[in-house]
Amino acid sequence: MLVRLNVNGGWREAEVWPGASLLSMLRDDLGLWGTKNACEQGECGSCSVWLDGELVCSCLVLAAQADGRHVETIESLSHDGVLHPVQEAFLEAGAVQCGFCTPGFEVAVADLLRRDPHPSEETVREALSGNLCRCTGYEKILDAVRLAADRMDQVTP
Amino acid sequence: MEVFRPSSLYEALEVRAAHPQAIPIAGGTDLMVELNFGRRRPEAILDVSRLPELQVIGREDGRVTLGAGVTYARIIRELADHPALAQAARTVGSPQIRNRGTVGGNLGTASPAGDSLPVLAVYDAEVVAASTAGTRRIPWREFLVGPKRNALAPDELIVAVEWRQPDGPGSFSKVGTRNAMVIAIAGVSLQLDTAARRIRIALGSVGPTILRAPEAEAFGAGILDESGAWADPRAEVPADALGRFGELAAAAARPIDDIRGTAAYRRHACAVLARRALTWALDDRRLAAG
Ligand SMILES: Cc1cc2nc3c(=O)[nH]c(=O)nc-3n(C[C@H](O)[C@H](O)[C@H](O)COP(=O)(O)OP(=O)(O)OC[C@H]3O[C@@H](n4cnc5c(N)ncnc54)[C@H](O)[C@@H]3O)c2cc1C
Ligand code: FES
Ligand code: FES
Repeated sequence: MLVRLNVNGGWREAEVWPGASLLSMLRDDLGLWGTKNACEQGECGSCSVWLDGELVCSCLVLAAQADGRHVETIESLSHDGVLHPVQEAFLEAGAVQCGFCTPGFEVAVADLLRRDPHPSEETVREALSGNLCRCTGYEKILDAVRLAADRMDQVTP
Repeated sequence: MEVFRPSSLYEALEVRAAHPQAIPIAGGTDLMVELNFGRRRPEAILDVSRLPELQVIGREDGRVTLGAGVTYARIIRELADHPALAQAARTVGSPQIRNRGTVGGNLGTASPAGDSLPVLAVYDAEVVAASTAGTRRIPWREFLVGPKRNALAPDELIVAVEWRQPDGPGSFSKVGTRNAMVIAIAGVSLQLDTAARRIRIALGSVGPTILRAPEAEAFGAGILDESGAWADPRAEVPADALGRFGELAAAAARPIDDIRGTAAYRRHACAVLARRALTWALDDRRLAAG
């Protein structure tokens, strides 16, 4: 079936299997490989995207359900090679090891900081409870969130 | 496979009548896992996520209507005056899951571990089901008919769930291996009905379906009577009576051993959660009384 959706500001379409997830459409049909496929069962958050502005696991959205809707992926965070403050913070804090979980985490962190620019430690942990990392032990990721929050505060007072 | 994407309830019910084999999908947080893993290959899918009729949160004459398509994230934001339901919603999955998962999906899956279900049991809710033939209200005690089975007919959709606004404190709590993203090993919801001087308590994940604990309910109402706590929220209820309440609640559980926990542990968890739930409810009333 034909699915047409707005991805990162532009309308894209693809012929997909009716049972396909939004994740598989983004990766296999639209070539947006930043969004990762790890578990396909909502457990790991690697496939996190925004659907009409809401943070979701793209593996749990039927591509057909996203027809006509707006999707933002990890690729929307950087512009012309300039990284988003959250991405800069991940690099600086050493929050990236194998990197597989990183896009999902960065989308979830950017989502959190959009809604709550000064999150408490508890709020951060709660907001990231749907994202798994097998490498870092999470401490560096928490450091990156604090760093990003401080930086973004200075840019947009 | 075919996907139907109606934009009104009536249109959806016509599809449901003509294609009863089409599986409804709302948030997809249960169904997509089955599709992704090839455990299910339905002939057709009926997307109910675009039906405005399922998005309603209504309040009229003390009755509350919660549309089947309302997500946990919205419940947390918009039903803060329903602490038990909001607490249950907060324990579901992760932010990503709460932004998509719906009460209608929880009712559709009808798992004994569905976290909204013990709360709807203590609200003594009615499930509003519709087909092209009309609408009917299914009383709570008739809705869940077994593990992952509900009383919905093949041509029906769940439109909403309704209850009388509770008058008194309530809570939901569950035990699991971590603080997020867990299927409950045991879950307990308790609601005080101050006007009727009754207590309702329901257990999740400790039986084939959600279980009420009538003996604990009667005993609990009795000890509040004897201690005078119905009339005076500041009256003390003896600790051993609260403990006994927990034990009676646990006696209603019908747990099994599985990978998440043993039957004995589940029973113990029910006793602890039930005792705490009643303690919290009494504390809430005491606080409100000043
Ligand atoms: C990672 C993860 C964590 C989770 N954690 C929890 C948790 O902590 N607690 C919990 O209770 N659940 C949990 N779940 C399960 C799931 O999120 C819930 O059961 C949720 O309520 C399902 O809602 P949905 O809208 O996504 O359902 P869907 O997957 O869209 O549908 C579920 C079922 O209900 C049927 N259905 C949906 N809407 C209707 C309707 N209007 N009429 C008739 N039938 C309908 C569907 O056909 C399907 O059979 C989790 C799931 C995942 C993937
Ligand atoms: S791939 Fe979607 S949550 Fe893991
Ligand atoms: S950096 Fe390897 S999984 Fe997180």
